[in-house]
Amino acid sequence: MTDYRDYLREELFPQMWCSGCSHGISLGSIARAMAALNLERHKTVVSTGIGCWGKADDYFRTHVFHGTHGRALSFATGIKVAKPELTVLALMGDGDGVTIGGNHFIHSARRNLDMTAIITNNFNYGMTGGQYSASSPEGSITTTSKYGTMEEGFDICSLAIASGATFVARVNPYHVTQMDKLIAEAIAHKGFSVVEILSNCPTYFARYNQKASAVEMMKYFKERSLSRKKYDALPEEEKENYFLTGKLHQVVKDDFHKKYKDLQKRARETAEEVS
Amino acid sequence: MGKVKFLQGNHACVEGAVAAGARFYAGYPITPSSEVAQAASDKLPPLGGYYVQMEDEIASMAAIVGSSLSGLKSFTATSGPGLSLMQENLGMAIMGEVPCVIIDVARGGPSTGLATKQAQGDVMQTRWGTHGDHTIIVVTPASVQECFDLTVRAFNLSEKYRTPVIVLTDKTIGHLREKVDVRDPSEIEIIDRKRPTCPPGDYKPYRADADGIPPLAAYGDKHLLRINSSMHGEEGFINQSPQNATALSKRLYDKIENNVADIGRIKTFQTEDAEIVIISFGISARSAFRSAALARQAGIKAGAIQLQTLWPFPRPQVQEALGNSCRRLLVAEMNMGQLALEVERVFTDMEVYRVNKWSGEDLLPREILDRLKEVSE
Ligand code: SF4
Repeated sequence: MTDYRDYLREELFPQMWCSGCSHGISLGSIARAMAALNLERHKTVVSTGIGCWGKADDYFRTHVFHGTHGRALSFATGIKVAKPELTVLALMGDGDGVTIGGNHFIHSARRNLDMTAIITNNFNYGMTGGQYSASSPEGSITTTSKYGTMEEGFDICSLAIASGATFVARVNPYHVTQMDKLIAEAIAHKGFSVVEILSNCPTYFARYNQKASAVEMMKYFKERSLSRKKYDALPEEEKENYFLTGKLHQVVKDDFHKKYKDLQKRARETAEEVS
Repeated sequence: MGKVKFLQGNHACVEGAVAAGARFYAGYPITPSSEVAQAASDKLPPLGGYYVQMEDEIASMAAIVGSSLSGLKSFTATSGPGLSLMQENLGMAIMGEVPCVIIDVARGGPSTGLATKQAQGDVMQTRWGTHGDHTIIVVTPASVQECFDLTVRAFNLSEKYRTPVIVLTDKTIGHLREKVDVRDPSEIEIIDRKRPTCPPGDYKPYRADADGIPPLAAYGDKHLLRINSSMHGEEGFINQSPQNATALSKRLYDKIENNVADIGRIKTFQTEDAEIVIISFGISARSAFRSAALARQAGIKAGAIQLQTLWPFPRPQVQEALGNSCRRLLVAEMNMGQLALEVERVFTDMEVYRVNKWSGEDLLPREILDRLKEVSE
């Protein structure tokens, strides 16, 4: 097995994130998944957007793309379609992934390109100072919702499943072994895979809402994350207080390139007939 | 060997793109450019290429940036409203130095304006549509043959200067059918991007050669590529120092603006002894050439210039074409006066007149001639 450190630019540490932020844990987990799969660094591309997590590409010793807010998947689509042999990861936050980039997210899931979206969901915009996003639960206190949000937040995994993603998992920064394993599984999955990482923003969301420190947030994620079996056993009114975690969905389907190869073959035959 | 075909401008653009080596198209349909998408979806797959219909123009522009970085020559097509949505990632392509081609088949605006009608209102949108200090290359065909030729040229300039290039046509040229010599790739000059020649470990994606242009690796190469839309240093990491911001913006600007001699191209009609010269582009330039010929018959010493490169404004080429006797310029365009602003800025020693039309109809030779007579008195 390759050393996960080979995928990281440790010379740039310490990371730029606040102390107690869970992004560092997610970063390590992705690197360990890359190592577990023995990915070739020059055959791997990490695409990021904008936000605290959008800085993650700095730390990868692979090919990287750092572009505009919310479009990481759209750039990744071009990268992957044009060179199918690449392993492509789009790293996004809840802003990038399902708010400004929501349209790209559902269509990427529908297209079923063989790539992986890793969404760190910390329920708010950290980099711009803690405003609410499309994943902030109703009632969230943020710097743009002093009186509590009145909109419902997206359930990112349900959105992914409904849109056609063929692998969907939710993990948290306390259960790191599970995170490592499911990220590796998602990357290895043939088709569009989504891993939502419940994330901790102690600087804003945790401070305003759970009134919790980074350590308390870890305990919170530990206690509130349940497997399918335990989650389903909860009384209906209790469910909103817990996170359903683990692998939530996987189906075997032809991916974009498998179908595109067939299309190119049909197109060649038609073109030959015509000429 | 090439083939002579009878094609509409939109199809000729695709033939040009394919001849130039393009193998990737991502787009979102919009009138009057949709035939570009249709032809691309037909032509690319048999060649092993890709047509991907995206969810909007934002994603379309992003996808061609991505595919270009994976090593495929890439393009998209749209019209004014779609180009507005592409501006975000067009800026990304400028900042990230990503070769790609955007075909803008102009229609009447603003907004959904005259969706099926003619206009040349995107002169300034192509130049200044994306935010921040930047420069851009825009080529402007006036015939179906030029749709082919200038699309090839757009790819060449894009690859050579590692920058996005816009082919600005319009509704009339896009749908006009004319004879076109679809040249074989073996018969045309094709430029491919500079690739790194250093050992992989030494490669810096934004270290420019003496010509101001950095070699470009592709995703999948041993040379690791770090592409960044934020102000970055040579290695591609964010660098927001005042010195770096000043130097990088200047390099991106200079690599194009210092090469107007290479990038700029015009066509002329009897400018040598002309006392008044019409300056125009696109389909209006054909009306301009015709009206100059009619004016000559009426005893007016008129000439005409078609800008095949709109941006950067081909100043040295136009200056050279204007003879000593030229005192007046007439800018003919289908908008309320956009190119005229640039001509007035550049030629402060001349009297600059305008002839404009924004009704959704083409500017006719007779209309330019009438204005020519009016200002020649
Ligand atoms: S603001 Fe929040 S998300 Fe951003 S680095 Fe700090 S803790 Fe992490």
